[in-house]
Amino acid sequence: MISPNLSAIFYLISGVLFILALRGLSSPETSRKGNLFGILGMVIAIIVTFLSIGNFSSGFIYVLIFLLIGGIVGAFIAYKIPMTAMPELVAGFHSLVGLAAVFVAISAFVNPEAFNLGFPGSIKLGSLIEMSIGAAVGAITFSGSIIAFLKLQGLMSGSPITFKGQHPLNALILISIIILIYLLCSTQSSNFFWLLLIVSFLIGFLLIIPIGGADMPVVISMLNSYSGWAAAGIGFTLENTALIITGALVGSSGAILSYIMCKGMNRSFFNVILGGFGATDQNTKSENKEQRPVKSGNADDAAFLMKNASSVIIVPGYGMAVAQAQHALREMVDTLKKNDIKVSYAIHPVAGRMPGHMNVLLAEANVPYDEVFELEEINNDFANADVAFVIGANDVTNPVAKTDPQSPIYGMPVLDVEKCKSVLFVKRSLSPGYAGIDNDLFYKENTLMLFADAKKMTEDITKNL
Amino acid sequence: MEIDPLIFRLSIFILSIFVGYYVVWSVTPSLHTPLMSVTNAISSVIIVGAIIAGLAGNSGSVFNISSIFGFLAICLAAINIFGGFLVTQRMLAMYKKKKKDK
Repeated sequence: MISPNLSAIFYLISGVLFILALRGLSSPETSRKGNLFGILGMVIAIIVTFLSIGNFSSGFIYVLIFLLIGGIVGAFIAYKIPMTAMPELVAGFHSLVGLAAVFVAISAFVNPEAFNLGFPGSIKLGSLIEMSIGAAVGAITFSGSIIAFLKLQGLMSGSPITFKGQHPLNALILISIIILIYLLCSTQSSNFFWLLLIVSFLIGFLLIIPIGGADMPVVISMLNSYSGWAAAGIGFTLENTALIITGALVGSSGAILSYIMCKGMNRSFFNVILGGFGATDQNTKSENKEQRPVKSGNADDAAFLMKNASSVIIVPGYGMAVAQAQHALREMVDTLKKNDIKVSYAIHPVAGRMPGHMNVLLAEANVPYDEVFELEEINNDFANADVAFVIGANDVTNPVAKTDPQSPIYGMPVLDVEKCKSVLFVKRSLSPGYAGIDNDLFYKENTLMLFADAKKMTEDITKNL
Repeated sequence: MEIDPLIFRLSIFILSIFVGYYVVWSVTPSLHTPLMSVTNAISSVIIVGAIIAGLAGNSGSVFNISSIFGFLAICLAAINIFGGFLVTQRMLAMYKKKKKDK
């Protein structure tokens, strides 16, 4: 048994180690060490908790058993999961953090003596407020992440689900959460606690269903942030520094990521979370568009263009992840490099279904990270490049965002792909992208459409090089 | 009059938000996915509360409502801790620099 002061210092140390873990991510070289700091911080926190309880009663063995079960399941998932499924995995993990926060809050509410918070029916007011906020945010994180997971996994349609009166209903529920917390604190009645949990689960569900598939980068980041605030809420209840520090770190991390994603689409955060984007204009827009001529080619034409180029820029998008084309793409690039062609990759901030999604896939396919560039770094190079190879991206290359103020994506930062001498656009059909609008790039003089599956087309091009 | 300890915790919280703000802005965009998986893992330090719930205050029976929820939370948090750190490690191991000799 160690003193509360000593354990508080150890919790502080593990909080600092978590900061160092995030700090390490400023570059790939330092990141691996940073992750070890994070693991060390976690080990310290867990051991100190055992030591501070000091009571190794019969319950101890069950703690170890459940720890082991969770650990084995977690390790198994971590090694088996394909890199393309990373967004689903992260959404799934968020839901677990949320649910764990809810369970801890329930446990503290039912048995407050164990946590030094008072007695059932007379829990300290401050603790009760912190606990109920932690529980509510945790519940929202849980059900919201479940919906995000189902949408990303394809078990639920990625298109926005909207109905009349949706926003007033959500507003009403949010207000009722505040009223319930007030009632809970003033009466200490457990009925209000359970009701609060139910309503919070419901609002998490309702908040995410109107948000479409391609807005998932924002949703995942937002839920990331929520899971942090839930942890912080519980941290205040338990008076635990490690949890408070971590909650604040994770909360601000998720908030910054959502901000970066929103900026990448030139949309406000509220515009994204209110949802419904791209659901309405899809039909009207494509119907009254007259047929415009498109040039289409095959793998042979594409190979010819690339063979005669001196520099090629590759623009990957979500379609590459769907087709699992990253390895085939890297093989194509290897062949190009053998012919002394300079190749680089251009990544749009919202390419894929989560922040940094494309970078991980390229890293998986052994693409060196110093050949991969962000939008600001590479956008000027398109004018000097010979070929842009767009694979699985669409809206992020649409020049309409710069030219047509009427367009829903006007003002969104886009890759200046059309400035290349020639553009190769791998796509299954001419259908519009997520924003529901036609891509002007399809009809440009210098664009050659390659209608095929991304992986198959890339392999065919490699054969023809 | 003494200062309520809550104020100290609040100070730690607010300062950590600022630390988080500056640290996360310095994260390179190509590592945003590992950032999400590692923040996931560290937020599972909530397991600390779960362990207390599972162990402390069980007068008599090992299994009561409070400890059962504690055990379940331990299991969920452990999935996240092991899964989160290991998958981050796996991802980070893939980020390689260009080979010089090529």
